[in-house]
Order: sequence, then structure tokens, then C-alpha cells
Amino acid sequence: MDVDALLLARIQFAFTVAFHIIFPSFTIGLAAFIATLLVRWRMTGEEHLHRLARFWTKIFAVSFAMGVVSGIVLSYQIGTNWSRFSEVVGNVMGPLLGYEVLTAFFLEATFLGIMLFGWNRVTPALHVTAAVLVAIGTSLSAFWILAANSWMHTPQGHEMRGGIAYAVDWWAIIFNPSFPYRFAHMFTAAYLTTSLVVLAVGARYLMQRRYLEEARTMVRMGLGMVAVLAPLQLVIGDLHGLNTAKYQPAKIAAMEAHWDGSKPADLVLFAIPNEKTGRNDYEIKAPIPGLASYVITHDFNGKFKGLNDFSPEDRPPVKPVFFAFRTMVGIGMLMIGIGLVGAVLWMRGQVFAARWYLRPVQHCWPLGFIAILAGWWVTETGRQPWIAHGILRTADAASPLAFWVVATSLALFVAVYTVVFSIGIYYINALIEKGPGGKAAATPSALPSRPLSAAGSAMQPGE
Amino acid sequence: MPDLATVDMYAPAFWLPPLWAFVLGAAVTLYVVLDGFTLGLGILFPLSPEEERRDVMMNSVAPFWDGNGTWLVLGGGGLFVAFPKAYAIIMPALYLPIITMLLALVFRGVAFEFRWVAKPHHRKWDFAFAWGSIVATFMQGVILGGLLQGVAIKGGAFSGGPLDWLTPFPIAVGIILVFGYALLGATWLVMKTEGEIAEAARYQALAALPVVIGGMALVSLWTPYALPRIAERWFTWPNIAYLAPVPVLTALVALVCWRSLQSRRDTLPFVSAISLFLLGLTGLVISNAPYLVPPSMTVWDAAADANSQMFSIIGVAIMLPVVLGYTAFVYWTFRGKVRIGEGYH
Ligand code: HDD
Ligand code: HEM
Ligand code: HEM
Repeated sequence: MDVDALLLARIQFAFTVAFHIIFPSFTIGLAAFIATLLVRWRMTGEEHLHRLARFWTKIFAVSFAMGVVSGIVLSYQIGTNWSRFSEVVGNVMGPLLGYEVLTAFFLEATFLGIMLFGWNRVTPALHVTAAVLVAIGTSLSAFWILAANSWMHTPQGHEMRGGIAYAVDWWAIIFNPSFPYRFAHMFTAAYLTTSLVVLAVGARYLMQRRYLEEARTMVRMGLGMVAVLAPLQLVIGDLHGLNTAKYQPAKIAAMEAHWDGSKPADLVLFAIPNEKTGRNDYEIKAPIPGLASYVITHDFNGKFKGLNDFSPEDRPPVKPVFFAFRTMVGIGMLMIGIGLVGAVLWMRGQVFAARWYLRPVQHCWPLGFIAILAGWWVTETGRQPWIAHGILRTADAASPLAFWVVATSLALFVAVYTVVFSIGIYYINALIEKGPGGKAAATPSALPSRPLSAAGSAMQPGE
Repeated sequence: MPDLATVDMYAPAFWLPPLWAFVLGAAVTLYVVLDGFTLGLGILFPLSPEEERRDVMMNSVAPFWDGNGTWLVLGGGGLFVAFPKAYAIIMPALYLPIITMLLALVFRGVAFEFRWVAKPHHRKWDFAFAWGSIVATFMQGVILGGLLQGVAIKGGAFSGGPLDWLTPFPIAVGIILVFGYALLGATWLVMKTEGEIAEAARYQALAALPVVIGGMALVSLWTPYALPRIAERWFTWPNIAYLAPVPVLTALVALVCWRSLQSRRDTLPFVSAISLFLLGLTGLVISNAPYLVPPSMTVWDAAADANSQMFSIIGVAIMLPVVLGYTAFVYWTFRGKVRIGEGYH
């Protein structure tokens, strides 16, 4: 494949996977949130929990559908666009994805039917069980896909024969060195993202003085999760980074924009890494010398490899990795702040009235999504030029496709995804604007012409 | 293909590939039947313009469509799992039809949820549902036809051009499949609805059935005519004696379908339409086994390492019965007729 077709294929994969991850990031957490609401409702009998569960289920239905259709595209793209990749690592990657389909996708897709449409059809206990099974399904799905992805970063448990990877030890393949960290980090990220959305929606209703009972529950549950998970995420992220330093030192060097490995590194707050001169322009460093060394090696005088220790064709692109990493960590710090301030207000019993706090918080719902996209950007771009670290280079992984073919498909993906998913996000916002009360909360059988709507008849789209 | 005289019949490398081919065939069959009737409803949408009728049509599959579509992921994913070398050839060879199918499925899939949220401005999602279904189905036919007519392979990689599939045969299969899924969808409605909707579906099924039978006959004559290897498989002695029951059964089942529609039976038309599809797929397997990528790559050539096939077949053996069990449970939960304005409550 010629170089330009390769570039287009990479853009296409990055584009479609980035759209896809937006939805799982939300549905993994939301499934668990809805299941929790339903369990609490069964235990306490409080009606507003039931209303909330129904409300979020409608939003869940819309995002889940978008997650599913964008995911099917991805699973096929591994073959259509990365056929050499399929051949070289198929023996290892294939079964992991196969287990994902068998244990996770069927579970979530099938019980979704009962979760969405079983409100009056099955016993409440069975309905709650269906919601729990959907939540388990989404988590299992994350488990397997992250095992597969982590293996591409830190492969082990295989042997190479004739340029093809053969599985030797499945346990080692699944629990490869970066998997526990990546799974914990991504799972926490998904819960954090959902919690922030829930918190923001609660704050929005409080500011608008609507649905107060539901809003307080959302603020309490969302804020509680953020306050606990955001600091935890910092710890997990730190451990993740230590692991990366061991297995993918070039990625860490790019994240820190660290060029000269012979000296301890200061923490770079801002810079424009210059790949031509091999140094940073406009550098602003943290005032504590050796701080980056401390973060990576837990020693102020520790040394770790710099970019200049790698020949240029073995380095990832530095700028995107460096900036995406700062975006993620910056948002992580912001989340810790939101959680901390909120927790203090909550302990003082002021959180529902603190409008100065709620006003910005109602707009913080996109933060998690941005951080997740930035995080994946770091991980995946930082792995370059490898598609499977040390096994196969991205440039050797592509399908034999002509330039115009990939250009056509990329153009179609961009057009279709932009239109369809923007409308979907618009609908979700409209459902939120409408809120958990009113007609949508009535028994659906009272809506004769739209009896089965999972999403409920919500609003007028922008026409 | 391994030499049967020398091969060790008990070695996993010998029996795993056909076993996996069977699993894959089962997954594809389940997909064709289950998503077939779902897509069929979309194909019938343009013929059913009333909002109430469309509501009922969608409600009749709303709890199942996602599970139905997952068989497509198992079909495509299963090919990657068990036969990565075939996957690496088929997917680039049929790149444009596959991508178009996926994009059509995006429209079809989101329409299931967006349509309700958009009400009363749902027209555009009706349109997306109908055309998403029609295009996805047509492309699935093109993919099947393109595979049957053969894929150019050199040095284990696809060596043809991006438009190799663009010949009359795949196009014809695409059109036939649209009628085939329409038949499945219509007979599903006969079973799941009542009154005017079921009555209209009955006529639609009666109209689609002759086209489907004609199409199956066309494919059955065309492939042996164009491809000597298939003619040899069917029309030499003693094969012809063993294989004759397939076309005979097909004719009988078609007759049952026709009569049961005319005599206003509820379930039999759907069951016989499914049987037609099963017989058609059986015919394709007979024509092409043991090739996975006709005309040259067999299931053994394409197979993943035996260790990998073994690891994943264990998952299949444990999980597939479980999946089938809870799928049946969900269908049972939402059994019975769907009525206008009533749904599942
Ligand atoms: C951390 C979690 C995660 C990640 C990294 C990915 N996915 Fe995903 N995927 C999910 C979490 C998920 C999910 C939560 O299970 C989804 C999202 C919403 C949904 O409906 O299920 C899903 C849906 C989904 C589906 C549809 C399943 C169905 O029919 O029900 C497919 C085929 C894929 N994904 C495939 C992929 C591939 C090939 C990926 C990587 C390149 C990928 N996903 C990344
Ligand atoms: C879901 C979150 C993910 C996001 C947001 C993401 C993002 C990206 C990005 C931005 C690239 C482009 C890197 C570059 O070319 O510079 C990329 C490449 C790639 N990723 Fe991921 N990725 C994700 C998960 C995965 C998973 C789970 C897999 C596999 C199981 C995967 C497989 C690949 C492959 C095959 C490429 C190669 C194409 C390329 O290098 O451009 N990704 N991804
Ligand atoms: C607060 C401080 C944080 C630190 C120190 C941190 C650290 C890291 C590191 C080192 C990586 C790269 C791992 C690798 O590939 O080698 C990473 C990736 C990632 N981060 Fe963070 N992170 C933080 C916050 C967050 C937040 C708040 C989110 C989202 C809500 C997030 C989401 C992700 C995701 C999705 C990835 C890619 C998947 C993975 O490799 O785990 N991170 N993070």
C-alpha cells in the first residue's frame, strides 16, 4: 500500500474508534448507575429513584444504539483496513475478540431488550436482574477489548515463527503487563465520565429549580463518585505510567518531552517540542528540579531514557503525545478539584444551595469524554511506529488497497458519523432538557401512538 | 486440503477447521434468519406508509434487533478468530460493499431509537430505516455473490482490483436477497401481528415468494454453468443421487409456504420461509465445501493455529448454548401478537 493510502487508513481508524469510544465511556458507567438506581428503588421503594432510572434508561437506549453501530464498524475494519495485522497477530488477537463477542456482546445486547421494554412485562426482580446483566456485559466487554489492546502494547505469552505470532500461554497473553493498569484506568475513566454527566445534569436542574428531588439524588451520587474516583484515578494513572516506563520507554519520553536521557529530568509544564533540533522551544518548567524524574522513577536524581536515545524512525510523534497527555492530566486535576470542593460543601450541608459552585459544574459534563479521548491519543500515538510493540510496524500492517478506495470510505465515514452522531447527541441533550418528569414518566401505555418507545417521545428536533 | 490417506484424523489441526467452519456457518445462518426478518421489515417500510403500521412493525422487533445483529459480529469476528488468513483476503477484496453495508447498518440501527425520540418529526428516520435496510441487504447479497464467483489470491494476499465484485452475478444475488429478506419480514409480520397489518403482509409475502424461488433457481443454474467445479459437484454420478433431495425439498417447502399463506396460517409461513433459507444455504455449502475463499483457499489453508482454534472453540462450546438459551428466553418473554397502540404493556 502506498504511503498516502496508509495515512488515510490510519486517519480512518482513529476517526471511527474515537467516535466509538465516546459511547462506551458513557454506557459502561450509565449501565451501572441505572442498575444501582433500580436496586436502591427495590430496596427503599422511593418513587423518585424509579423515575430517575426510567429517565436515564431512555438516554442509555440512544447512546447504546450509537455504541453498537459504531462498534460493528470497528470490528470489521480490522480486516478491511488492517489485513496484514489480522494475519500476523490473528492467532493471538482473534480469540480475545471472540471471547468478547461470546461473553459480553450477546449478554448486553440480549438483556437490553428486557431492560428497555420489560418494565411491565417481567417481574421487577427480573427487570433489575436484566439491568445488572447489561452492566456486567459492558464491563466484560471492556475487559476483553482492553486485554487485546494491552497485548498490542506489551505483548507476551506468544512466540514468533516465520513472521507470525503464535499463542503459547493464554493466561500470560490476557494478563499481559500493561493490562491490569489499562483496565483499571479505563474502567475508572468510564465511571468518572458518567458520574460527571450525572452531576452536571443534577446541577443543571438545581440551577433551573426543576425536579429538585431527582436533582439532589443525582448530585449526591455523581459527586460522591467523583470525589472518590478522581484522586484514585491519579494514583492508578501514576502506576500505569511507571509500568509504561518499563515497557515502552519511548512513549514516556514523548509524554514528558524528555530528550536527553543522561541527566535527571525536570517536569515540563509547557513547551513546543521540536523534533528537528531535538529539544523543546518555549519551555516552562516546574520550579522543583528533577520532578519528572521523581514522577517516573520516584527518585529526584533518577534517570530515564530520553528521545535522543532512540533513532528517529523508532520514535513516536512527540507533539501530539505531549499535548494530549497534558490535556488528560490537566482535566484529571480539575476533576479532583471539583470533587474536593463539592465534598467540602456537601459536608457543610451547602452543596444544593451553592449556586457559584453549581453554575460552572452544570457545564462540566464533556470533561470526561475529552480526557478519555486525550488518554487514548497518548497511548495509541505513543505506541507508534509500532502497531503491536516490537512485532509489527503500523506501516506493514495495512491492507493492499488503492488510495481512492480508502479516500472514498474515509469521506463517507466523516460525512455519516458527523451527521448521525451529532443528531444523536442533540437528541440526548433534548431528553435531558425535558427531564425525568412529565409525560415521559407516565406509564407508556398512556401514549397510544408510541407505546414502545425506549427513548420516549421527547421533544421537537431542531426543524 | 490435507491428503486423506496420510493425515492423522485425530490431530486437532485436522478436525478443528471443519468444526470451526460449522460454527461459523451456524452463526451466519442465525444472522441471515434473525437479522433477515429485521431487515425485511425495513424493506417493507416503503410499502407501508401509515405511521401506526410502521410503529407496530418496529415494535415487533424492538426488543430483539440488537441481539439479532450481534450474530453479524460473531460471523465476521468468528472468521477473524478461526480463519485469519481468509479474513485478511475477503475483507479487502470486498472492501467497498462491506463498508457500504456497515454505513447502511449505522442508519438502520440508530433509526430504532432516534425515530421515537424525534416524534412527531420522525419521517427522516423512517427513511433512514427503510434505505438503511435495503442497502445493507443488497450489499450482503453482493458480498455473497462476490465470494461465490471467486477472489483473486496471490502469495496468500488479495491480488485483485477494488471493483472485482462489480459483475452481474453479485448484483443479481443482491437483488434476490432483498426479496428474500422481504419474504422473511412479511411472514414474521403474519405471525406477530393481526388484522389489516397481517393481511397486507400476507399479500406482500405472496408477491415476494415467486421472486425468491425464481432467484434460487437462477443461482442454482448460473453457478454450475459459470463454474465447472460446482457443475462437477452436483451433476456427476453418484453425487446427483445424494444431492437430489435438496432441490426437491426446496420445491416442497416453497409449496408449503405458498399454501400456508393462502390458507391464512399464522406460524407456518414464517417457519417455511426460514426453511427455504436453510435449504439455500445448504446448497451453497454443498457447492463450495471445503473452500472458504473459492476457488482456492480451503478451511485448512485458512485456519488459525490449532492452539488458538482450540482455545476459542472451548469458549464456543460453553457460551453458545448459554447465548442460545437466553436468546430463546427473551423471545419467549415478548411472545404473542403486537397490537396497534398496545405494544408490550
Ligand atoms: C473500554 C471499552 C471499549 C473499548 C476500548 C472498545 N469498545 Fe466496543 N463496545 C464497548 C466497549 C468498548 C461496549 C461498552 O461494550 C459497547 C459500547 C456501547 C455498546 O453498545 O456496547 C461496545 C460495542 C461494540 C460492538 C457492538 C456490539 C454489539 O453488537 O452489541 C462492537 C462490534 C465493538 N464494540 C467492537 C470494538 C472494537 C473492534 C474496538 C477496538 C478497536 C472497541 N470495540 C473498543
Ligand atoms: C477505544 C479507545 C481507543 C481510541 C480512542 C484509540 C485511538 C487511536 C488513535 C488516535 C490511533 C491513531 C494513532 C496514530 O496513528 O498516530 C489509533 C491507532 C490504532 N488503534 Fe487505537 N484507540 C482505541 C482503542 C483501540 C483498541 C481497543 C484497539 C484494538 C483492539 C485499537 C487498535 C488500534 C489499531 C489497530 C491502530 C492502528 C492504526 C494506526 O496506528 O493508526 N485501538 N487508535
Ligand atoms: C490524573 C492524573 C492522570 C494520570 C497521571 C494519568 C496517566 C496516564 C498514563 C501514563 C497513560 C498512558 C498509558 C500508556 O499507554 O502507557 C494514560 C492513558 C489514559 N488515560 Fe490517564 N491519567 C490521568 C487522568 C485521567 C483521566 C481523568 C481520564 C479520564 C477520565 C484518563 C483516561 C485515560 C485513558 C482513556 C487512557 C488510555 C487508555 C490507557 O492506556 O489506559 N486519565 N493515563
